[in-house]
Amino acid sequence: MIKLTHVSKEYPKRGYALHDVSFHLKKAEFAFLTGHSGSGKSTTMSLIHMADYPTSGEVRVSGFSSARMTGRDLWKVRRRVGMVFQDFRLLPGRSALENVALVLEVTGTPRKAIQPKANRLLDQVGLSGKAGALVEELSGGERQRVAIARALANDPYILLADEPTGNLDDRATRGILDLFWDINATGMAVLMATHDLELIRRYPHARLFELDQGKLVYDSAAADTEAS
Amino acid sequence: MYAMREAIAGVRRAPVLIGLSSGMVGMALFVVGLFSLATYNLQIALAAIEERVEVVVYLRDDARQSEIDHLLGELADYPEVSRVNYVSKRDALERAQRELPEFGQLFVDAEVNPLPQSLEVELRPGNRTPDVVERIARGARNYPFVEDALYGEEWVDRLFALRRIGFASTAVLGAAFALVAALIIGTALRIAIFARREEIYIMRLVGARNGFIRRPFILEGAMAGLAGGILAIVLTYTTYRGVYAYLFEVAWIPGGWVGIGLLAGALFGAASSGVAIRRHLREV
Repeated sequence: MIKLTHVSKEYPKRGYALHDVSFHLKKAEFAFLTGHSGSGKSTTMSLIHMADYPTSGEVRVSGFSSARMTGRDLWKVRRRVGMVFQDFRLLPGRSALENVALVLEVTGTPRKAIQPKANRLLDQVGLSGKAGALVEELSGGERQRVAIARALANDPYILLADEPTGNLDDRATRGILDLFWDINATGMAVLMATHDLELIRRYPHARLFELDQGKLVYDSAAADTEAS
Repeated sequence: MYAMREAIAGVRRAPVLIGLSSGMVGMALFVVGLFSLATYNLQIALAAIEERVEVVVYLRDDARQSEIDHLLGELADYPEVSRVNYVSKRDALERAQRELPEFGQLFVDAEVNPLPQSLEVELRPGNRTPDVVERIARGARNYPFVEDALYGEEWVDRLFALRRIGFASTAVLGAAFALVAALIIGTALRIAIFARREEIYIMRLVGARNGFIRRPFILEGAMAGLAGGILAIVLTYTTYRGVYAYLFEVAWIPGGWVGIGLLAGALFGAASSGVAIRRHLREV
């Protein structure tokens, strides 16, 4: 699903944001990516989403390699990877339904099928009654659910979430995490970046990657293997 | 279909921004419109002067009718010549008395008609050039019964020099105005695109192909350009009415030019928007 092989990312002024990171997230796995601010979580997420490319090493996502990716082919990988952000990145002035429908229009879904599918997705994230509400009228938790519904619209193989609960209260956070687990139960791989260790402790069965100063310092799967 | 729907929705969502873009496009094309109006009227004025370019072949009094008929036929055979008129001495005198009334008495008092008979050679449009008139005049002067062949050499040369200057300045200034208009239109639409960078980013994020993202913006640019073109035509026409009513008589530009102006507005809008969105897509 997602495979990073000796990935480094160096910025001209900042230096290394990631240094020789390798891991493999398999199908239907749920994993947290944690670390302090500046540890390289967002860089890792953006490399997986191919919003940026590694300075060295290779990122493979659902069969696509960063080494061979061009701007023209970017849409192919984007349709296999759903992405959720801390700041939601929804289109203001449009309803929840329109925000989800946008993805379906973009991917060429027949017009008749767009509204039913968008409604179904909103229903899946628990927003069936809010389809017509403008983004500005929704709470933070509800906005994040719309963003998740949008991320799921392409029926992706992987769901990436970059600090998705960073702007949410505890109750909304739990709701979003439960939703991620439900999504993961359908066979979709989920990788969530968070610095909230308290939150991670609540889900001990999830795989855990920890970054520190751009280096992968902990992988729970590797630790389990070593322990056994 | 989606592109058209989104383009219209884009205009509805940001009417002020699109209105401002159209306004800027309109003002840029208004300058081009004024220039076209001036150019067209200059063309008309030059064409009117040019129409008067002809060769007059003055004949000796002792020229025989058969010789005159022969020369008339020879001149009429030139492909550049549209008509050759024979003006007898009597016709010349009558015309002089009519057109030059201040010398009227002088012509009446003269015992002998001093004016020569002549052949007036009219040329086809597009052939009233110094080369052609010079060639025809030189050919006519070879006949022994021809006194002289004149065409106002000096002012024909000046007229054509003026025409060349007019053509060159029209081309250079027209290109400069079009370039400035294109830059203004491009900037206006780039601002509109920049205001919607988040939308573009999100569309890329969810897997939209570049062409899919570009199309609504290109259509929106074309609509803004067309609206600007209409505004420019309204402003140019208002100026034309004002000049016509209060300053001097001018002609309105042909319908074809108006059509080209509208088409240019739409194309400029689409192209500028296309370039701006292409550049923006490279950055996000």
